[in-house]
Amino acid sequence: MALLEITDLTARYGDFQALFGVDMTLDPGETIAVVGANGAGKSTLMRSIAGVLNNAADQIVFDGLPIGAMSAAEVMSLGIAMVPEGRRLFPSLSVEENLLIGKYGRAASGAWSLETIYGLFPILKERRDAPATALSGGQQQMAAIGRALISNPRILLCDEISLGLAPVVIRDIYAIFPRLRETGASVVIVEQDIGQALKVADRVYCMMEGRVTLTGAPAELTREAIHAAYFGAP
Amino acid sequence: MEATPAGWWVETRTKASAIFALVAIATILVALAAPLFASRGALQDLFFILTMLVLAQSWNLLAGYAGLVSVGQQAFVGFGGYAMFACVLLAGLDPLLAILIAGVAATLLAVLTGQFVFRLQGAYFAIGTWVVAEVVRLTLAQWAALGGGTGTSLPAHATRDMLGATTVGRLFGFRPAQAVDTICYWLALVLAVGTIGFIYRLLRSRQGLALAAVRDNQEAARSVGVDARRVKTFVYFAVAFVTGLTGALIYVQKARISPDAAFSVLDWTAYVIFIVAIGGIGTIEGPIVGVVVFLLLQNTLADYGSWYLLVLGLIGIVVMLFAPRGLWGLFSERTGIQLFPVRRMLVGGPPIAASEETPDALKGAPHVDSVGENARPSRSGR
Amino acid sequence: MVSLADTLIQGVLLGGLYALFAAGLSLIFGVMRLVNLAHGDLIVLAAFLILTLVTALGLNAFVATLIAAPIMFAIGYALQAQVLNRTLGPDILPPLLVTFGLSIVIQNGLLEAFSADSRRINVGWLETASLPLGPINVGVMPLLTFASALAVIVGLNQLFYRTALGRAFRATSDDKVTASLMGIRPDRIFATATGIAMVVAAIAALYLGARANFDPTIGPARLIYAFEAVIIGGLGSMWGTLAGGVIIGVAQTFGAAINPEWQILLGHVAFIAVLLIKPRGLFPRATD
Repeated sequence: MALLEITDLTARYGDFQALFGVDMTLDPGETIAVVGANGAGKSTLMRSIAGVLNNAADQIVFDGLPIGAMSAAEVMSLGIAMVPEGRRLFPSLSVEENLLIGKYGRAASGAWSLETIYGLFPILKERRDAPATALSGGQQQMAAIGRALISNPRILLCDEISLGLAPVVIRDIYAIFPRLRETGASVVIVEQDIGQALKVADRVYCMMEGRVTLTGAPAELTREAIHAAYFGAP
Repeated sequence: MEATPAGWWVETRTKASAIFALVAIATILVALAAPLFASRGALQDLFFILTMLVLAQSWNLLAGYAGLVSVGQQAFVGFGGYAMFACVLLAGLDPLLAILIAGVAATLLAVLTGQFVFRLQGAYFAIGTWVVAEVVRLTLAQWAALGGGTGTSLPAHATRDMLGATTVGRLFGFRPAQAVDTICYWLALVLAVGTIGFIYRLLRSRQGLALAAVRDNQEAARSVGVDARRVKTFVYFAVAFVTGLTGALIYVQKARISPDAAFSVLDWTAYVIFIVAIGGIGTIEGPIVGVVVFLLLQNTLADYGSWYLLVLGLIGIVVMLFAPRGLWGLFSERTGIQLFPVRRMLVGGPPIAASEETPDALKGAPHVDSVGENARPSRSGR
Repeated sequence: MVSLADTLIQGVLLGGLYALFAAGLSLIFGVMRLVNLAHGDLIVLAAFLILTLVTALGLNAFVATLIAAPIMFAIGYALQAQVLNRTLGPDILPPLLVTFGLSIVIQNGLLEAFSADSRRINVGWLETASLPLGPINVGVMPLLTFASALAVIVGLNQLFYRTALGRAFRATSDDKVTASLMGIRPDRIFATATGIAMVVAAIAALYLGARANFDPTIGPARLIYAFEAVIIGGLGSMWGTLAGGVIIGVAQTFGAAINPEWQILLGHVAFIAVLLIKPRGLFPRATD
């Protein structure tokens, strides 16, 4: 059985409909990527899964449990942690406090602890007592990922982690994905950087205007097919 | 409006408002004649309603439109009252002139205190205005010539020799005290109508549009050239002027003043806030509804002392929690009726044909066909 | 010379009382930007609660406060969860108006229940006891008040900066939505904060009621002193709140020494003076 099953997911902001019947599955240990242009609905999808947006209960099923209508705090305590778009570290907390607060809602044992996260991102240990806002963009992204990992989530959601970062920094961040795979993590990433997405994902979903337009393993997908699914037929 | 394309113009009049305008004029005419047939007690009640209405409309303009939430307006009521007393008792001036001077004095107080309170935002601003009121109260309580902490009274002749009092007395056969009450009542009526008229004109003017923009989103307003600071300052001074006038008028009628009464948070802020909140913040109709409700409550419950205030407080809480736009807001939302229409609508001109190429991203998106602080998705608001 | 030192010390100790009034307010203001205009009345409510426990159960005032504290926590938690949480949002008007209404309701409820008579919390011999401090005699109760204020401030600081709950307070105050992504339930965090603030209010109530006569209507005046202390100190700083309380206390005491009628006025003047120089207070948090 899939770890996460999304069936016919719809979402709206007031009068505006952002998702029109999205179907998606995530198996344990898989990494799937969701790509698409701005406004395609990728972030809406992530926020629906994370519980920030409320949907019909059975549109999102996590390990057999319908979570579509649950709040973000409830979803997190069940084991789905999100690295939100724009990092969103807490300015009033230091780097270390930002990491620690990641396990407020769920204290589960597993591969990740403060020490192992410092092992993954040594620069964070160096600056552990600095206010979170003193870090560079790339370092903040690392801290945000560490903050999500520290609760040993069963599913990790990464919303646009390459946004606003220089290519060399993006490479550094994506370099951790093999390590994630070793620990058996199940990951959903949302990306505008298709190159990176295709490199780390087992399967890809392409979205346009609130719908899934293409899905498959990276090896199966041709450039033309992705182009058409991303931008629409020329 | 210069930018409107040919064939269109901007209008605010609606059918309901046109009817209301006629009703309002009729009411005002009746009200003018009230001293001829109303009892003295009823006239004093009406005086109270009118002055509370002015205070409520003023506070509404300040908090509901300019976003300046003050819990210290009693500073201007009291200062106006004391300024009037000083003019009459110490300078021997006519009470009517004193009232006018009091309004100016209150404005000067606003200029002075504005230096301080305008450095503060939001909740800080609210507390700051309260502290200012306390400072003014405590300072005036030191003024021995005006009775210090216990206060003082106007001598009978000061009001009875008021401008117009003897004329009115002769004309209608009133005794001096009644003539004074009548003049005070008429002044209150003029003040009430004038204030509402001023606010209505203001909201329909460019400054009013600027106010609405500032209230909705100060940054966005600034980006299109609206000077939020100037607009708010103007409103603060104008409201101080009106509040000072009202305070002076109230104390001409009462003829007795004391620091605790003149600067009472309950009488001049708590009741006012409740009137506006229960009636409907941010609308001109709201305070009118609020005053009526307040009077009804007061007449039914006033004998019950603290129970009355308790019930008033509970009603205020419930209304703010579940009907934040007040009673008028509830009514207006259901029916779309505006008696003092300030919403601007684009009328006239050729109909807009639906384009075949509406971008996909806009399909299903909400659109507005009227501008103003009550902009809502498409609804025929003519 | 002795008189000057005496006035100063008395002012500082009075500042302790004001800091106690202010600490709960500072906590709530810092965590959820809520302006609770009923805070003073809630302290008075706690004072009446303690008084009732003392007279009805014959308890020592301090023991009564120990019992009153969890009761006040529950009242604060329920108040926030059921009423005040509904007012939170970008508009500052609803919290102001609702807590204003609450203030009126509490005052008049207390008037109905207890009448307008002045009361006092009896602390027996402690009331007049004093300790010699060099050439000056310092009252034991004022010293205890200041010591309690210190303990509360230290305690709250520890809570805020050394515990997971404190991290949650700060995170929620920064960013409610992202905090919920951490498994924090903002509504419950806010209710807990108000509950804690009410425990502090109970402590403040003990010293308020023991020091001088109180009646149902003195809440708003205490509120003003509390707010002045918080605002002088700067948003988010507990030590700032203590400093603010001391400034107000000293200003008032010196005012009273010059002319009894000037006591309160000078406190306000000090407040205005500080704000004219530093509009955001003495020790404001960097992010605001």
